[in-house]
Amino acid sequence: MAEMARELGKSVLKGENITKVFGYGKTRTEAVKKVNFDFHEGEVISIVGESGSGKTTIARMILGLITITEGTLLFNGQPRDISSGKKRKEYWKNIQAVFQDPFSSFNMFNKIDDLLLDCINMTGGKHKSDKEKFDMMTEACSFVNLKYAELTNKYPFELSGGQMQRLMIARIFLLKPKILIADEPTSMVDACSRATILDMLMKLRDEIGMTIIFITHDIGLAYYVSDSVYIMEHGAFVEAGPAEDVIIHPKADYTKRLISDVPKIYGEWDLSTVG
Amino acid sequence: MGKVMLEVNDLKTKYVTRFKEDVYAVDGVSLKIEEGKSLGVAGESGCGKSTLALSLIGYYFAPLHYMSGEIIIDGQNISGMKPDEVRKKVLGTEVAYIPQAAMNALNPTQKIIRFIEDVIQVHDKSLSKKDIYDMAVERFRILGLPPEVLQKHAVELSGGMKQRTVIAISTILSPKVLIADEPSSALDVTSQKMVIKMMRELMEKGFIKSMIFITHELPLLYNVTDDIMVMYAGQIVEHGTAKEMVFDPVHPYSKGLMGSIIVPEEGTRDVQLEAIPGTPPNLKHPPDGCRFAPRCKYAKPECKVYDVPEKEFEGHRMYRCIYDVDYLKEAYGRNG
Repeated sequence: MAEMARELGKSVLKGENITKVFGYGKTRTEAVKKVNFDFHEGEVISIVGESGSGKTTIARMILGLITITEGTLLFNGQPRDISSGKKRKEYWKNIQAVFQDPFSSFNMFNKIDDLLLDCINMTGGKHKSDKEKFDMMTEACSFVNLKYAELTNKYPFELSGGQMQRLMIARIFLLKPKILIADEPTSMVDACSRATILDMLMKLRDEIGMTIIFITHDIGLAYYVSDSVYIMEHGAFVEAGPAEDVIIHPKADYTKRLISDVPKIYGEWDLSTVG
Repeated sequence: MGKVMLEVNDLKTKYVTRFKEDVYAVDGVSLKIEEGKSLGVAGESGCGKSTLALSLIGYYFAPLHYMSGEIIIDGQNISGMKPDEVRKKVLGTEVAYIPQAAMNALNPTQKIIRFIEDVIQVHDKSLSKKDIYDMAVERFRILGLPPEVLQKHAVELSGGMKQRTVIAISTILSPKVLIADEPSSALDVTSQKMVIKMMRELMEKGFIKSMIFITHELPLLYNVTDDIMVMYAGQIVEHGTAKEMVFDPVHPYSKGLMGSIIVPEEGTRDVQLEAIPGTPPNLKHPPDGCRFAPRCKYAKPECKVYDVPEKEFEGHRMYRCIYDVDYLKEAYGRNG
C-alpha cells in the first residue's frame, strides 16, 4: 500500500521515556525500558517483536489498563489524565482495542444488540430514536459483511470466531475512536480471513481517519499494512522508521535476523542461520 | 520413480453427530507419496485438513468413522484395522503423527526420557532402559538437541525446544511416514525455523522416509515441501509441485488462497490482497455440484448442478473444476 503513504498529520500520541517495571527486589523486571514514540493522525504503526519483548505491555499502558511506572504519555499534546472514572471513560471514547481472542472479549451475558447499543450510547447517541439506532446498527453490520437480522437476539457464543472478530470491527465502526490498538488481531485466523480483516480495518482507517497501532509478530503483515514500523527487543526499540526502510533495508542486527527467519517466496530462505 | 511410501485411494470418513446429521469431513481423497518426498496440505480452517491426518493414521474413535477407501503404507493396507491394533503395529514404526499443540500435551510430572521409553516399549519389550537411553542420546545428538534435555521435565523447556523434543520423540522409531499437523504455528519465527531445519534433517538422514505437512501458512509450505495439495470442504481441489501451486495456481480457490499471501519482501506492498468472499460450506449439508461454486466468481449455473471430477493435466498435476485449464488462465489474465 505504498501509494497510500501520506503526509503525517499532527501528533496524537507521544511517549517520552516510558518505563514499566513489574515486581521489586529480586524479581524486579523491566518489561519496557525508556521507550520513546510519536504516533500521528491517520498513521498505521506496527510494533513488532518476539514473544516476551514487551509489545503487549506497551499496548496495555497506552490503553490505561496498567499504570506507567515512569515517563509521560501525551495524548493530543496534553498529558493523559485517567485519574477518575469519568476521565477514563472520556479517554476510552478516543482509544479502543481489538484483541487476539474474540471469544474472551465480549460480555457473554449481553446480547449482540445490547453490545452494539452500548457503543451508540457511549458516543452520545442516547437521545436518538429507536429507528435511528437500528439504522446505525444495520449499517455497522453491513460494513463488516454481517447481516444484522441474523445477529439480533443472539449471544456472542452463538457466533463463529470469524463472525466475532468482524463484530469487534463493527463496534469500532460505531465508536469511531481516534486511535485503535490491534493486538495480534489475525494470529488466530487463517490467511484468507486475515486478508478480509485487514481489508476492513484499512477501509475504516480511510473512512474515519484513525490511527491504527498493530501489535504483532507477523512481519509480513507489518510490512504490508503499516506506514512506520517499530522493532522491539527486550523492552526497547532497536529500530524504528518507515516500513520500507526497516523491513527491506534493516540496519540493526536483531532486525536482520528476525527478517531472515521469515519464510520467503521470491528470495532464498537460508536455513543455516539457526543453531 | 521412487518406492511409494503412502498411497491413499478414495478415502472417505465421517463424523457421526446426533440427529443423524453426518459430517463428511474427508470425501474422496486420493494421494500418493514416494520415498524421500514431502507433501504439504493447505486450506482454510474447517476444510478437513486435521481430519485427514487422523484418518490416515487409523485413529477411528467416535465420533470419527471410517467409510470406504484404502490406506496403504509401504505395501501394508491399514484401512479397516481396529484402533488398538493400529496403535501397536502401525503407529510409531510405520507412521508417526504430531497433533496440533502437541508440545502442551507433555505430562509435566515425567522426564522426557520416560516418554521415549514409553514409545519404544509398546513395540519392543526386549530393550533395557540403558539401551533406550543410549539410543535416545545418539538420536538427540544427531539432530542437534542437547542430550541433557532427556533428564528434564517439560516445564523446564522453552516452546521451540519442547516442539523439537516432541518431534524427536515421535520419530524415535524411524517411521516411514511422518504426519505433522501445524507443528510450528504456535512458535515465533526463529523457533519455527529451527523446527523446520530439524524436519529437513530428519528427511536427509533417512530417519523418516516421507512427510505430510499440514498448515495454512503457504510461504512455509513453499519452503518445506516438494508438493502442495489444496483442500476445500473435504475434497482435494488442486495438487501440484510447490512452485507450480504458488506461482501458477489453476483452481479459482487456490488462486484466491495464493492471493492472500503476505511476505516481507520487496515489492509485495503494492500487491492488492485478494480475499475470497463468503465462508466455507457447512459439511453437514455440502452444496450440490462443485463445493466452491457459491463463492467462486467464475461460477456458471452448471457448476451448482453437476459433480466435478478430478482432472489431470501436464502429466502430474490435478485439479477439480468444470473449466479447462486454458480458459481459467485466460480468465485470470483478464482480471490481472
